[in-house]
Amino acid sequence: MREVSYGRALNEAIAEEMRRDAAIYVAGEDVTIGGAFGVTRGLKAEFGAKRVKDTPISETAIVGTAIGAAATGLRPVVDIMFIDFLGVCMDQLLNQAAKMRYMFGGKARLPLVIRTVGGAGFSGAAQHSQSLEALITHIPGLKVVMPATPYDAKGLLKSAIRDDNPVVFIEHKMLYGLKGPVPETEYLIPLGSAEVKREGKDVTIVAWSKMVHTALAAAERLGREGIDAEVVDLRTLEPLDKDAILKSVGKTGKLVILQEACLTGGFGAEVAALVADKGFDFLDAPIKRVAAPDTPVPFSPPLEDFFLPNEAKLVKAVLEIMSKGAASS
Amino acid sequence: MVPKGEDLRGLLRTMITIRAFELKVAELFAAGKLPGSVHSYVGQEAIAAGICAVLREDDYITSTHRGHGHLIAKGGDLKRMMAELYGRRTGYCKGKGGSMHIADLDLGILGANGIVGGGINIAVGAAFSAQYRGTDQVAVCFFGDGAANQSTFHEGINLASIWDLPVVFVCENNMYGVSMSQRHSMKVSDIADRAAAYAIPGAVVDGNDAVAVCEAAREAVQRARTGKGPTLLECKTYRMRGHFEGDRAAYRDPGEVEQWAKKDPIKSLRESLLETETLSQFEIEEMEREVKGRLEEAIRFAEASPFPAPEETLEDVCSP
Repeated sequence: MREVSYGRALNEAIAEEMRRDAAIYVAGEDVTIGGAFGVTRGLKAEFGAKRVKDTPISETAIVGTAIGAAATGLRPVVDIMFIDFLGVCMDQLLNQAAKMRYMFGGKARLPLVIRTVGGAGFSGAAQHSQSLEALITHIPGLKVVMPATPYDAKGLLKSAIRDDNPVVFIEHKMLYGLKGPVPETEYLIPLGSAEVKREGKDVTIVAWSKMVHTALAAAERLGREGIDAEVVDLRTLEPLDKDAILKSVGKTGKLVILQEACLTGGFGAEVAALVADKGFDFLDAPIKRVAAPDTPVPFSPPLEDFFLPNEAKLVKAVLEIMSKGAASS
Repeated sequence: MVPKGEDLRGLLRTMITIRAFELKVAELFAAGKLPGSVHSYVGQEAIAAGICAVLREDDYITSTHRGHGHLIAKGGDLKRMMAELYGRRTGYCKGKGGSMHIADLDLGILGANGIVGGGINIAVGAAFSAQYRGTDQVAVCFFGDGAANQSTFHEGINLASIWDLPVVFVCENNMYGVSMSQRHSMKVSDIADRAAAYAIPGAVVDGNDAVAVCEAAREAVQRARTGKGPTLLECKTYRMRGHFEGDRAAYRDPGEVEQWAKKDPIKSLRESLLETETLSQFEIEEMEREVKGRLEEAIRFAEASPFPAPEETLEDVCSP
């Protein structure tokens, strides 16, 4: 199978969907030259200026007009250059896009995708490096997708575009260059379905986005120490695949959640609460979260390295609960 | 182009309907029959009536927290509006929205809005959609003087200006953003002057003269419809009641309120129609009776309607 980069896979997804449906348009800052990370490169050349539009630096207008357009027959795929900039247009997202259908008693249909990108690791500092998915998942009416691989990125973005609801599609800036197998033929991945990226029987590691790769690397290391870790990639945070999480913990009896976001109020807390409630009888050890500290993302490389969760921190957390709980056979 | 006979009758009928509805709602609210809060449009009727008189059913509007006038002028059903205010299942939003979130997508009403300036970019988006689809539909965006200071206003007008979108921005300057006088919330006296900052046409309009509003609207809508882009109309008016029902508005000078009462838009149109013999006193009274009847029917409908079932709370979050 051909190897395609995460960024290229996203580009293919958008182009395929735009060929298929004339109602789709792309808009955002610098999208005609590919956007900040090249994902929209080539789209204007193929689809023209009417369907691929640069906007001024006006996140409120970018998202707000997408809402109006979605409510009146179009399918916007708009770009918020960094998830950190969602603060600028938060009202449009939180009070308008998320709520219009509900407040109108089930009328408006808003088939809208807001593509954005988060994550640290490139010395982007505090305002260009955040993982803010917890803020978005907390708002009923928004779907939240966070792909970790090129294969998932393409299949999920196509589904997100075809979904008739507002979807916040959060990419990770350190993954754009990552290559992985992507079929030539068309495929879709449904929203709301997690995937076991590595099977195991001793401990469940739940992760999403770039942290999935950290989890897989940690699982390799743990394997050499005789611990068989199962890695569950959430892929979609909202709607959450609760069954997949519970099934895995039911098998292993132990759960470590890995999130790049800061600890407090992060999405990992939601996963932990779910398992503490519905999977209590499965647990042989406390649920652990490995997360960034509750600070803004620092600039200097040694500080950012300290900040970011990594393989070593995850391995340490797993070893801690392995020694606590009853050994699984 | 000056509105003629039937158009003038229509303007008066719309304004009378809005006024009667709002006064009745104020009464019902004071009697404790309506949950939540309501924001009265009394005094501003000429704007909703004048603007919507030149719109087609397939044109779009976005409204505000003070939206009953726009909803009625765009053709909203009084029964479904009233039922929504009562929180009943037969309301426009099945009781899910309330006064500030009433919408009728079949009539192009993309919702009242509880966030000041919240509807501005939605209207811009609807205009973009019309342009994209190649229709000659127009979007009208209603907002107040308070909203003219919000980032949504500036981002929305700027985007509409560069893309030449078929949208008319209608600022209802009723001189107050809750308790803050427009004189203190901005340096400019005429919000219409801000149009120049975005290189689009802007005009100040007497918002208490339905005919003047209608004429200005016709021009702006025509400009939009023929691909010539957006316009900013500032309709000067006055909010005759408090910001919300129950607000005694002690921050306003009673003399100021009295002055504006003399410029009542319904009184002046009625007098002018009588004077020019466009309508007779009898016809006007007939109109008022008919409106009263429809309003009473709406209240009966609302009061006889069931509340939504509690479990309906969980429905309609997402499209299937």
